[in-house]
Amino acid sequence: MSKISIPLGPQHPGLKEPINFGLVLEGEQIDKATVNLGYNHRGVEKAAEERTYIQDIYLIERVCGICSHSHVTCYITCVEEIAKAEIPERAKAIRVLVGELERIHSHLLWLGIAAYEIGFDTLFMYVWRDREHVLDCLELVGGNRVHYSINTLGGVRRDITPEIKAELLKRIDILEARTKYYTTLATEETTVLVRTQNVGMLPRDLAIKLGACGPTARASGVARDVRKDEPYLIYDKLDFKLITHDTCDVFGRVVVRVLETVESCKIIRQVLNYLPEGPISIKVPWKIPAGEAVNRYEAPRGEDIHYVKGNGTDKPERVKVRAPTLANYHAVPHMLEGGWLADVPLVIAAIDPCMSCSDRALITDRAAATSAVWSWEQMRRNGIEFYKRRGVDFSKVTLK
Amino acid sequence: MFEALRQLFKQPATSAYPFSKAKLQPKFRGRIDFESAKCIGCKMCVRVCPAKALEIVLSADQPAAPAASAGDTMQHGVPVQSQAPAPAKKKFDCVMHLDRCVYCAQCVEVCPKKALISTDDFELAQLDRKVLRRHYK
Repeated sequence: MSKISIPLGPQHPGLKEPINFGLVLEGEQIDKATVNLGYNHRGVEKAAEERTYIQDIYLIERVCGICSHSHVTCYITCVEEIAKAEIPERAKAIRVLVGELERIHSHLLWLGIAAYEIGFDTLFMYVWRDREHVLDCLELVGGNRVHYSINTLGGVRRDITPEIKAELLKRIDILEARTKYYTTLATEETTVLVRTQNVGMLPRDLAIKLGACGPTARASGVARDVRKDEPYLIYDKLDFKLITHDTCDVFGRVVVRVLETVESCKIIRQVLNYLPEGPISIKVPWKIPAGEAVNRYEAPRGEDIHYVKGNGTDKPERVKVRAPTLANYHAVPHMLEGGWLADVPLVIAAIDPCMSCSDRALITDRAAATSAVWSWEQMRRNGIEFYKRRGVDFSKVTLK
Repeated sequence: MFEALRQLFKQPATSAYPFSKAKLQPKFRGRIDFESAKCIGCKMCVRVCPAKALEIVLSADQPAAPAASAGDTMQHGVPVQSQAPAPAKKKFDCVMHLDRCVYCAQCVEVCPKKALISTDDFELAQLDRKVLRRHYK
């Protein structure tokens, strides 16, 4: 049979974000797959160098809409490490609390999308309705449903009052009961089983070799979780299980995420009962001394790494973000190969990708074998030239 | 099956917006409001704003300087003030670009005089971009 190669994307049925997959098909079976990134580069790292540490909190928060707290916590711990600021225990507990609420929100969102890709729309509706509870919890704690902005230099911005605690405990009970129902549904419902078992296989050794992280790696039996391996904030004081599964397929990824949601509910209850008395933040000067720091954080999608370099001013010299999705991309072509075309959206969605989080730019000159970093103005000029070549009219635009 | 039947007798989870509006949690971060009387023009809010959405400008009509006080004495026909005159408190306006604002409320937090307030107002969609430039006096 002759082989057909088809491009899937940048507009594709997997998710709403742009990415391109080159698929070589043999009939309906995928023979070879390649991944092509870079449709959504926003210049976040460069923009971070132009702003102060305080402004960067809100910029870094917008690297990702779903794991906004993860990125900020990872960035802010780097800054606090450079400034040698030890934040109060209560602030650490509140950061963990919001982090776990975010994990529930992210995993439930993913479960809804997975159900939608499976074609089980009833489950999608149920999950997203129940997700409203956790969004309300986040609004109650932080003041907004998506960008909670709870972090600040030296601690957190808002305290947990006894009323908030009571409301959170009430909602967590509802969420836990619902999630347990979804656990039985995901593991026993025939529709889910038939669509997910033996789909998007990623064997354990391959997951390690390709550097997969987060629930994708844990579903292939790799027991890796920053919260356990290198406990940050107050995770060393909490009792929770590291969830792994050994089926190495999409079914495993569903099970890992659903069970992790139940664990997160447990963590939230522990944190609320632990909450030590004391201040919620300390004063940190706006000018951060020269120095550099790297930190890891277990975001809902996997291991998030931030690097910050300070030069003694109120602006960072360099901020580098390694979003978890970038680590998981390499595994996707291997998951797709040997599978069926109809399963492609589900397999792509199964790593819980976040395309715009992972797009970075480095200008390389292959002939001269050099690489260079552009300034903000150079990047802007290049962007304008690119759109001019595509016929966009810039005559009415005034550039500052 | 049991679950489907159970859901059949439940109220709809969605609300009929705009007839019934969402119940906001306390401390919701909505549109930022400005009280000119409290502002001292330190521009801390402008410094911290990540979206460059704020401008603090001098008001067009400034309050008049206070008149010489009754305690002043006259020496050789020239009034001598017993103490330095209190300078007229300058009045400031706030120009808010709602199309740039990210509603992080960092300006509210940093304001030393609490001249900026976070409100519950979230229905800010407009067809005309110019309307989103609000001039608070």
